[in-house]
Amino acid sequence: MAASSTSALRLSEPDRAMLDGSQGPADQLAMRIVSRMAAVVGAERLMDITGAHIDSSLYMGEATLEFAEKLAGLGAQVKVPTTLNVSGVDEAGWQEWEVPASWAENARLQMIAYERMGCTPTWTCAPYQLEQRPEFGQQVAWGESSAIVFANSVLGARTERYPDLMDICAAITGRVPEVGLHLTPNRAAQVHLQLEAIPRELQEHDSFYPVLGYVLGGIAGDRVACISGFDVEPNEDQLKALGAAAASSGAVALFHIPGVTPEAPTLEDAFQGREPEEQIKLSKDRLRTARSELTTTPGTELDMVVLGSPHFSLAEFQSLAPMLKGSSKHPKVQFLVTTSRAMATLAERAGLLDPIRDFGGRITLDTCILTTPMLPETIRSLMTNSAKYAYYSPGLLNVSVAFGGLAECVNSAVRGKIVQENGIWQN
Amino acid sequence: MAELIQAKPVVAGSAKGEALVSQEPLSLWGGYDQKTGEIIDRRHPLSGQVAAGRVLVLPYSRGSSTTTAVLLEALRAGVAPAAILTTGEDAFFALAGIVAEEMYGSGIPILALDRAAFERLETGQWIEIDFDGTIRLGA
Repeated sequence: MAASSTSALRLSEPDRAMLDGSQGPADQLAMRIVSRMAAVVGAERLMDITGAHIDSSLYMGEATLEFAEKLAGLGAQVKVPTTLNVSGVDEAGWQEWEVPASWAENARLQMIAYERMGCTPTWTCAPYQLEQRPEFGQQVAWGESSAIVFANSVLGARTERYPDLMDICAAITGRVPEVGLHLTPNRAAQVHLQLEAIPRELQEHDSFYPVLGYVLGGIAGDRVACISGFDVEPNEDQLKALGAAAASSGAVALFHIPGVTPEAPTLEDAFQGREPEEQIKLSKDRLRTARSELTTTPGTELDMVVLGSPHFSLAEFQSLAPMLKGSSKHPKVQFLVTTSRAMATLAERAGLLDPIRDFGGRITLDTCILTTPMLPETIRSLMTNSAKYAYYSPGLLNVSVAFGGLAECVNSAVRGKIVQENGIWQN
Repeated sequence: MAELIQAKPVVAGSAKGEALVSQEPLSLWGGYDQKTGEIIDRRHPLSGQVAAGRVLVLPYSRGSSTTTAVLLEALRAGVAPAAILTTGEDAFFALAGIVAEEMYGSGIPILALDRAAFERLETGQWIEIDFDGTIRLGA
């Protein structure tokens, strides 16, 4: 036990009823974990949440499955509307890939356990693309680093960085430690990044945002950041890419962009009137260096192009479809888009999936290349427009990776080799 | 001569092992092989080192919220670090220790150090950790 700080925590009557088992064994186990974590983080009390997003649903092995089945077996039910992050398997499409049958079976069992607990089977790392998403100021408990930073920054909802295993306990109890980003003073920016003479043309380019996010994570670490100096208003997909990258290279859970993100109408609002701890000017040179760090492939060899981390949105399908018209991928290169079942349904209705199929590409639902063992060993070199894929693929998949914008990825898939266009990044 | 440091037990326990220290935070998802205990983040200074059975000393966990699940899997498979020391309380590591106790009856010690104590630790030092958070260095 974390003996040192338990004394500061004061539980409410309903909290204690859960903890002493009078609400059943599932609530008791979940409240034991929530209250022990509250002691770890030095909370004085717990607070209510009104929504949750669960990353624990991802099958990682025996332990995560045992944890899920233990909770479900004890009769756990979530107390708040709860969405589910990616699963460990594409239920409909896994046989087309290298996923071992035993993995698929275990991942499915874990999916079933979370559905039994009353969670909505959304199976996406981008739950903010769904119709029901948190409102400004809403207190929620979200897992999935890229979703956490989006919820806090772009929606102005309030969540701590909840780790796997904690998110589901928060949903079952409806309670979280009253600390961190749930509280207004902790949401003030600490570090200030100023874009310096970055041409508008580059700011409008889709590859700018993953690179900026990668730099942001390295500088901010786990601090709240403010980025200023934009000449354009980034859209949701650009902010998604920025946040996902910053939550990969760092532990960024909240950033403000004055005039763009909802908690920062002005620079003063972003800092809540305080002085920045650190101010850094970001030049094009620094961003160019970061862009090249995202590529680890030494040559131009290419086996596969992968898009959709976080999951591809309807707007991204709309951008991609016209780029594919009339061409097809090179026979030796695979082309994959990972997305949610909800976005795939909308894209199918809008006629945006057929162009991908006609191009020779495939679509994977509910999961991604990092969370299900789907890729054949022959895939050695990936290209992606996602800094998150670029960041994690070398370690998780033992592949080399090249980073580029959407058009570079499509062009490379057609040519059968990595083609990066440096023009926009040059002086 | 043993040197003593007082740390705060975030998840208390006793352990001993050789220190593996980095100034760089680490995401265990994409950074730690849950079957072997190898550090696999190819951009991290500890890449290629095996942390299983060693005392892992990091400033904090970065990145993915799946870090906790990876540590729980590593604990179950017997390839977790012997203990994890961070500067300040790291909730991700603490949670894995707590859930392991709740699920399997034993976890690993997770301790919080102040910056000055953190600076005194070096890779290769022998470290012994007591239940009360006392750390014995280089005994």
